[in-house]
Amino acid sequence: MTTKVKLLGFWCSPFAFRVVWALKLKGVEFEYIEEDIFNKSTELLELNPVHKKVPVLVHDKRVIVESFVILEYIDETWPQDPLLPQDPYEKAMARFWAKFGDEKLLESAYKAMWSKGEEKQKAMKEAVESLEKIEEVLGGKNFMGGNSIGYLDLAIGWIGYWIPVWEEAGGSMRILDSQKFPAIAEWSAKFLKHPVIKENLPPRDRTLAYCHKRAEEIYANFCASEN
Amino acid sequence: MAQVQLFGLWGSPFSCRVEIALKLKGVEYEYIEEDLSNKSPLLLQYNPIHKKVPVLVHKRKPIAESLVILEYIDETWNERNPILPHDPYERATARFWAKFIDEKCIFALWKACWSEEKEREEAAREACEHLQTLEDVLKDKRFFGGDMIGLVDIVANFMGFWLGIIEEATGVKLLTEEKYPKLYKWSEEFVNCSAIKENLPPRDKLLAYMRARYGVSITY
Repeated sequence: MTTKVKLLGFWCSPFAFRVVWALKLKGVEFEYIEEDIFNKSTELLELNPVHKKVPVLVHDKRVIVESFVILEYIDETWPQDPLLPQDPYEKAMARFWAKFGDEKLLESAYKAMWSKGEEKQKAMKEAVESLEKIEEVLGGKNFMGGNSIGYLDLAIGWIGYWIPVWEEAGGSMRILDSQKFPAIAEWSAKFLKHPVIKENLPPRDRTLAYCHKRAEEIYANFCASEN
Repeated sequence: MAQVQLFGLWGSPFSCRVEIALKLKGVEYEYIEEDLSNKSPLLLQYNPIHKKVPVLVHKRKPIAESLVILEYIDETWNERNPILPHDPYERATARFWAKFIDEKCIFALWKACWSEEKEREEAAREACEHLQTLEDVLKDKRFFGGDMIGLVDIVANFMGFWLGIIEEATGVKLLTEEKYPKLYKWSEEFVNCSAIKENLPPRDKLLAYMRARYGVSITY
């Protein structure tokens, strides 16, 4: 019996790409289904009624959502080329920093992209502070996973590709300065050059145009809700 | 120095979660009560990122964030009372619901109890939607973890104990037996579970604290 793996994603979502990278690194064959997140399919709403978001992994009849939950499921189901460390403490650190990356850095960097004025400055400051912490954790490591890409690399791998796009889309926001964050710059360059990652990134121009448009839309909605 | 230390707060559900897990596993530990208005140098050293409790220190290595700590405890003391199931899909399901409770439920319930009159209706609507979701997830199981308490039960401790006390302090009624009979029954089983009841904060002390807090919030 062949197992069937399906992934519902969005073409420039860093959350969806985490899952793509994990599946590819493990050599798991899967069917990719593009979702229009602005016109969600019945299938998506049925598979993820709680959050109504991508990514959604469907493995035979099992449905798994939330990108970090999916990564752990993938690692446990296909144990070759392990993503998480074996040691419980190292595992805890990987999970802690993955959470930090999303809750602190990603939130603030994205907000810095679409917001303006004082809100933008505040978001930029928080993003820079978060980057400082990641810079420290990275230290001189090759990858967060050691000599090969691991769970934490996949969790924060979006930094080196998406942040520069958001900086350009948002304008007047330099946060990922390679002079200030040399360890992140070096690690990120290595990560993005990895054959699996390199082949699985959204097209930059199209992503930039999309983010530029989204920045305007989100800001307009924000202003409308404030009045 | 004890091999295992826990920096916590007497009335915090997050801190309580870790105590429940350690108790379930039979792990001896030293408990250190933190004063959040005057954080100890040790806490700031062990959790410089968030400066919060709970923090577990095992063999001098600190771990923060309650969900991360719970998984660490399960993996480190794995001979008895598993917190997570064995099967990867069941593990993923447990993690999903734990995250849902942490990221959506607790905040919505808290907001519904404490918000101003005009925001309360919307907050209550969202909170009730989440309670219904959990009611549906529970189905006819005794606990979210099945016959024994598991990760989701531990993480749902706010609903199991804190919510009822806040409801009593504020007069807001959310988790009622009429609307959510299964969840209501679960909360009774939860507080009576031996690993749980010894690790809950004293009810009258927590109620007094919530009443004082409510008194403050309606004055302003």
